[in-house]
Amino acid sequence: MSLRWSVRNPSLLGFSSSHATLWTRKHSSVPTTHTTIPSQPLTSILIANRGEIALRVGKTASQYGIKTTTIYTDPDARSQHALSSPFAINLGHPSAYLDGDKIIKTAKQQGCIGIHPGYGFLSENSAFARKCTDAGLVFIGPPWQAMEAMGNKSRSKEIMTEAGVPCIPGYHGSNQDPEFLKLEASKIGFPVLLKAVKGGGGKGMRIAMTESVFDEQLKSAKSEAMSSFGDDIMLVEKYITTPRHIEVQIFADKHGNCVALGERDCSIQRRHQKILEESPAPNLDESVRQDIWEKARAAALAVGYEGAGTVEFIFDNETGEFFFMEMNTRLQVEHPVTEMVTGEDLVRWQIIVAEGGKLPLTQSEVEARIATRGHAIEARIYAENPDMNFVPDSGYLIHMQTPPISDTVRIDAGFAAGDEVSAHYDPMIAKLIANGPSRTIAIQKLHAALEQYEIAGLVTNVEFLKRVCKNATFLAGDVETGFISKQKEDLFAEIPIAPELYAQAALGSFYLSAAASQDNQASSPIPQSGFISTSQNRSFTFIPKRNDGKSEVAETMVHLKKLDTGLFDITIEGITYHSVASSWDSTSRTVTSFFPHTRLETRLIEHDDSLTLFQQGEQYRLQFATPKWLEKALGIKDTAHSVLAPMPCKILRVEAKAGDRVKKDQVLVVIESMKMETVIRSPQDGVISRVVHQQGDLCKAGTALVEFEDVGDDK
Amino acid sequence: MRPSIRLCSSLYRPCLHTRPAIHAQGQSRAVATHTYNHHASALSVLPSNVDKSSNDFTENARQMGEVMARMERLHQKIEGGGPVKAREKHLARGKMLARDRVTALTDAGSPFLELSSLAGHEMYGGDEVPAGGIITGVGTVQGVSCMIVANDSTVKGGTYYPITVKKHLRAQAIAQENRLPCIYLVDSGGANLPHQADVFPDRDHFGRIFYNQARMSSLGIPQISVVMGPCTAGGAYVPAMSDESIIVENQGTIFLAGPPLVKAATGEIVAPEDLGGGKLHSSISGVTDYLAVDDAHALVLARRSISNLNWPRAEKPVATFAEPLYDPEELAGIVGTNLRKPIPAHEIIARIVDGSEFAEFKKDYGTTLVTGFARIYGHQVGILANNGILFSESSLKGAHFIQLCTQRNIPLIFLQNISGFMVGADAEKGGIAKNGAKLVTAVACADVPKFTVVVGASAGAGNYGMCGRAYSPRFLWMWPNAKIGVMGSQQLSSVMEAVGKTVDPELKDRIERESDAAFSSARLWDDGIIPPAHTRRVLGLGLKAAMGSEESMSGQRENSRYGVFRM
Repeated sequence: MSLRWSVRNPSLLGFSSSHATLWTRKHSSVPTTHTTIPSQPLTSILIANRGEIALRVGKTASQYGIKTTTIYTDPDARSQHALSSPFAINLGHPSAYLDGDKIIKTAKQQGCIGIHPGYGFLSENSAFARKCTDAGLVFIGPPWQAMEAMGNKSRSKEIMTEAGVPCIPGYHGSNQDPEFLKLEASKIGFPVLLKAVKGGGGKGMRIAMTESVFDEQLKSAKSEAMSSFGDDIMLVEKYITTPRHIEVQIFADKHGNCVALGERDCSIQRRHQKILEESPAPNLDESVRQDIWEKARAAALAVGYEGAGTVEFIFDNETGEFFFMEMNTRLQVEHPVTEMVTGEDLVRWQIIVAEGGKLPLTQSEVEARIATRGHAIEARIYAENPDMNFVPDSGYLIHMQTPPISDTVRIDAGFAAGDEVSAHYDPMIAKLIANGPSRTIAIQKLHAALEQYEIAGLVTNVEFLKRVCKNATFLAGDVETGFISKQKEDLFAEIPIAPELYAQAALGSFYLSAAASQDNQASSPIPQSGFISTSQNRSFTFIPKRNDGKSEVAETMVHLKKLDTGLFDITIEGITYHSVASSWDSTSRTVTSFFPHTRLETRLIEHDDSLTLFQQGEQYRLQFATPKWLEKALGIKDTAHSVLAPMPCKILRVEAKAGDRVKKDQVLVVIESMKMETVIRSPQDGVISRVVHQQGDLCKAGTALVEFEDVGDDK
Repeated sequence: MRPSIRLCSSLYRPCLHTRPAIHAQGQSRAVATHTYNHHASALSVLPSNVDKSSNDFTENARQMGEVMARMERLHQKIEGGGPVKAREKHLARGKMLARDRVTALTDAGSPFLELSSLAGHEMYGGDEVPAGGIITGVGTVQGVSCMIVANDSTVKGGTYYPITVKKHLRAQAIAQENRLPCIYLVDSGGANLPHQADVFPDRDHFGRIFYNQARMSSLGIPQISVVMGPCTAGGAYVPAMSDESIIVENQGTIFLAGPPLVKAATGEIVAPEDLGGGKLHSSISGVTDYLAVDDAHALVLARRSISNLNWPRAEKPVATFAEPLYDPEELAGIVGTNLRKPIPAHEIIARIVDGSEFAEFKKDYGTTLVTGFARIYGHQVGILANNGILFSESSLKGAHFIQLCTQRNIPLIFLQNISGFMVGADAEKGGIAKNGAKLVTAVACADVPKFTVVVGASAGAGNYGMCGRAYSPRFLWMWPNAKIGVMGSQQLSSVMEAVGKTVDPELKDRIERESDAAFSSARLWDDGIIPPAHTRRVLGLGLKAAMGSEESMSGQRENSRYGVFRM
């Protein structure tokens, strides 16, 4: 059990021994003689968040003997963060993590002194921060005034410009007349970026490459912003074609101290969301680095900042210029990268600052730390499908095995094996962070750890992350936010499955089936006997399970001939492996086989009609080919006649009805998943026979949404 | 493995050294000596005196190797089933071959104890009927030991030759004795008409199949049919007499008379599928209960039927057991094929029983019959093995031991290599007829499951005393070197000469041929020829099949009306 963050037994919660030593050593250097400004020690806090960040905060809190109260919602009742503390309060409705009043009331009832908001949810809600303060609770974060100033993107740019922080040319005004905005865009020069003022996380954001598409993009951005944030005020900015996302972690205390804890490069993004974050930023000139840190501190000081904050810059790879984008007034998802390169516990720093203490390190001390601690990189492990434009997935973590953790390999996870990744919340399963003396070694360690990260039950981006770690451009440090689309061919290249893998899958299926039928009887392992041997020949047929929704994959048949107990001849497409000695370990669910040329160990996880296999650090997904008789017996129709839901979703609108004659690419249904709208278009010209689901229905991935009339039907 | 043997032989040394030590201390013995379990069981471990480098051993192994190779070739040919053309036609229709049907029906990885694969071998002149056109055996379906009977329609259209009937009935007899649910995979053209006289009229002919089905069903032994081909005339009663029947559409048919006969009888012209196809019988006539789209589907349905039998899984969890200490493959070199040479019984037992442990009973009395207790795959058994000619003493010892086992409900295993009871004046004076009769009586009346393996000769009344076919062992297997007959061919010729008959010069050869194991097995005088090295496995499977019924039998059996006679 390497998932120390998600242990069910609260008494086990806390740092692993390795972490404990590391972090204690770190904090032995914490100055004890800081001037105490009127403050109160935070002896009890409420963590107003869920998942890994709630566990992360709870870990530091428990390390310092702070009593923690966790909150949860109905779908989260058995989630790891809810189980991590004996004081766990149910707030009910799935959206209750946003119910500030209820949370404040709960904190008061529980006798909490402070509230830690984590990230997301209420963490950047200045009104909530204000209410906390008014209620006499310590909000572990910046003063609400600073949050308010930074929360409004147009206002924040004005402040930054005043403070000498370079901002991207653009219009941040209140005139929202489309024609006026288009005029401003022309002034800035195309391409331009349209962005919701209240937006974040890529929502309510569109790029207009030319003037001609401006109106359409503006409309679309506004409607998304309205549905996501209830506000559609837009800003227009210069769009940088090869941008990098570089951000600076800053920390400020109530004594006027402000330090920059290094920068992070978060350029590897999909759907405008980060998946790999590293520190220091690769290929960044030292003078630029110093400059960017300086500007970040200036930005924080300009708003009277306190606590942890991140100043995000857009870095133009072509000119070397950087521009202020926004300031995140919270602890970031990717803070462990900074913790790795500084050797500091940032949650501990937040508590120190909230208690009125002084920052534990000065800027020069921080820089000395960074100089010796090498490189750190974080991979976000998501339940999502990279082959289908990274759409989120949800479901149960039927199998999860994590790499061993150490001083330099860290896992922050909110889930344990068996947990459900619910469609109600963010599909991030875990963060995996590796630290090494150089960038190359850090990436190598991350890759090795990813190879040991086994997840079955839902589609994850683990295989994709491994490919990024092996990509030459990435390894060279040539990162930019357009990396994934530019490296598409390398990152999404199809790799054929080796026959040995099929052999292992067949052996595993054989053992699983044998184990299943022997469950209820004392298994007497008497081998086949007599002169006749054919009664032990079986064939197994598999189809590689593709994540891109295409089903045109050939079946592969494996012929197993059992020679004796644990001894097989295996034939796959003309290749025969003779006398393969094989065994099955039911505890680890592993098939170990000695082929004539090599030994292979493969873990098999059976799930409905498919197998997930882990072999030599790679994951493979196979489907059991449906026998013809089953299709016939069940009367399964060809799925070509229906349109399937690509992901778990909710039906937002149905735009077609039974009997409609539709054209190819005509909109049929609009679905919502993870708060993202997706339009389902007709794959063909045809007549709709049935609309299976109606507005408001919740659907699983693969359920039919719309069925077409059978064209081949004579009727 | 070897170290435990060494321990066994060095067992006595420490004892010899300890005793004087006790006396030296001048103490009288006032405490019980503790015996470690290891030492206690070492007492039962059989030693082996096999010298694998000896000329005898290599020569024996060579001879047995030849016989084995012949058997392997024979079985390989039989395994293929009918002629290539018939197989291709069968597959082209989307049907599975009979043996593949059996595999698909049984649990993955579970052993299938096939019976009498040599049935019909060289019995009908030019007509080859591999496996007698029917595959029978004990297989595990959903964890339940079942008797599986599968017609092979690639062999003469699956028609019933006399041997086919005999094999079908033998399978049913085994099922009834051992209370095994029966699954019939029917694909047969019915009785083989040219042989109708040897198939139809007698007690143990075709009609007996349905009689058995009815009787077994009445005894609560489930009867399940899967109709995967034609079931015409009498054959129609197999599904009709079953508890549950499954039929494959557009493939299986059931009718009392096929379309040609109907046309001849009434002039009605009707297609087979409309006359007795799956859809008709599943939806209109109700003759069948489940309709399948193909063989694979039908077999899945059959597995489902078995899982719904609510069949008691009475088998007690088998205790952990050890494999024999010695390699069973060595049996070839120990035994050879020359039956005039004695076969050391202990060496065979040592390669069959768990941990080669054998608690020998009356070790030094009547030594030509070895008796004792052992375990096979954890099942306790009593073993009787010939180690020479049966004398009065050995017969009495055998009778005594059988009584012990029946009293205790312990299954009996007979390892038969017997040329007969002792003859001659001394023997007759000693009452060999009377004492032999005691052994025969004990064998005949022992109601515990009995298993016989003919490892060498099976001749004369020795066959009776050692539980030959007539004494209803649950299973009887032959080794490839075994010979069965009233006496050896040489002796028989001599006797014939002695009684003054002119001896047919061919007689000796004919008797020799008729004593051969393959000849025996073809006629179902046994349940199959097995490789000697597989004896332990086969006995294990036989015990497993038999012991299921034992659970329900125990307590009901009238063991014996007398106490155990010491003989």
